[in-house]
Amino acid sequence: MRHLSQDDLILHYYREAGPGMVKHLADCPECQENFEQLSCMLSAIALPEPPPRGEDYGAEVWGRIRHKLNEGKTAMPWWALSRRWAAVATIAGLIGIAFVAGRYTSRPPANWPAKPLEATNNLQLPQKVLVVALGDYLDRSEMLLVEVAHADRPEDLDLNAQRRYASELVATNRLYRQTAQRIGDRDTDALLDQLERVLVQLEHTPQGATPTDIQQLRQEIESGALLFRVRVAQVNMRAEAKSGHRTETREDPSTPQDPTPIL
Amino acid sequence: MDSLDAAAVALVRAGDRDAFRPIVERYSEMLFRLAYRVTGNEADAEEIVQETFLRAYRKLDTFDGRCRLSTWLFRIATNCSLDLLDRRNLQPQPFDADPDEDENAPEERIRSHQPDPERLAYNSEIQANIHAALQSLTSVERTAFVLRHVQGHSCEEIAEALNVRSGTARQSLFRAVEKIRKFLASAMRPAV
Repeated sequence: MRHLSQDDLILHYYREAGPGMVKHLADCPECQENFEQLSCMLSAIALPEPPPRGEDYGAEVWGRIRHKLNEGKTAMPWWALSRRWAAVATIAGLIGIAFVAGRYTSRPPANWPAKPLEATNNLQLPQKVLVVALGDYLDRSEMLLVEVAHADRPEDLDLNAQRRYASELVATNRLYRQTAQRIGDRDTDALLDQLERVLVQLEHTPQGATPTDIQQLRQEIESGALLFRVRVAQVNMRAEAKSGHRTETREDPSTPQDPTPIL
Repeated sequence: MDSLDAAAVALVRAGDRDAFRPIVERYSEMLFRLAYRVTGNEADAEEIVQETFLRAYRKLDTFDGRCRLSTWLFRIATNCSLDLLDRRNLQPQPFDADPDEDENAPEERIRSHQPDPERLAYNSEIQANIHAALQSLTSVERTAFVLRHVQGHSCEEIAEALNVRSGTARQSLFRAVEKIRKFLASAMRPAV
């Protein structure tokens, strides 16, 4: 009978052994003895716990690395730079040759259409990403809001799951809001502000919520016509994502024409 | 990938540097714990955390989203830890020839029930020896052992983090355990 090697026993200790090894070990006293010795040694190995970090540790790390983030992105070794200059010189030479050649070859007809100089897309990249990503985010927020808006009693909600979901959405919401503020998108900032307040309220709803708690949540959603505003924003975002242009006119969120059917 | 990570990654890629902040805030402590366990040194662990985020930021375009962001950061941190250990040149210390494995094996002594004060002193001796044994491992062996034994990662995950084949990761773990076992047997063999 072939006994298990030390490597097999190590795999068994870390629960990565195959079923054949496990079966052998169950039937073989000699391997059991070897395993017990190995197991005893390994279980005695405990490394010291890492020293605890403060609550603001992540912010401290951010403070330390923030200014270094773009270092090295543009740094280039001298040989790479010289290669780049060689490439630039080559391209410049080719353009020169093409220009001279063009002078002595046929000219385009007078009615040759000039390429329009206007930009085909007036959204900057962070704005585009915000528009596309927000569409998805608003979809998910809307689903959660609809569930809460339709609940009459706490039993109608899976509060544990919904609080967790709200917590995740709050973190994402803050990130989008910061971006909206940075790029000066006030409409989006205001909408996300209102949305965040409701999500935070839901996040902190106690486990033993009363019908009054749920009623308050519903009122918060309904009072600012939040669902209506979210849906209007979704429509606008989709249009912007499709066209690549900022939507000029937005519906006035304070005066929903018929909010009842939306809920 | 969860929604906050996905949003942050998309915004950073679009040029919003500050969107990297939630990623840093979220994963700093996790990376510190990993780095500390691999290096055993607080200052080194701090350095690894920073270097991990800097590398991640610069390589974010290569993150394809097939694994979680935390997994991707864990792999970068593992590599940063290995680089640092190699830079520090933590070479294995020479240790004695094979000890007598049958008599007075360390496993037997660890198992023995001795009076409390004596046992406490003995345990601290064991821990000192374990620390010395870990120092005797190569950087890859030490990392593989810490990831498996302390962090609880599978050999497959370790292989991905170290960018080696699964069999290679296992061999590193086996060698680490064997070296530790021999080191402890040698260190704890009673003087004749």
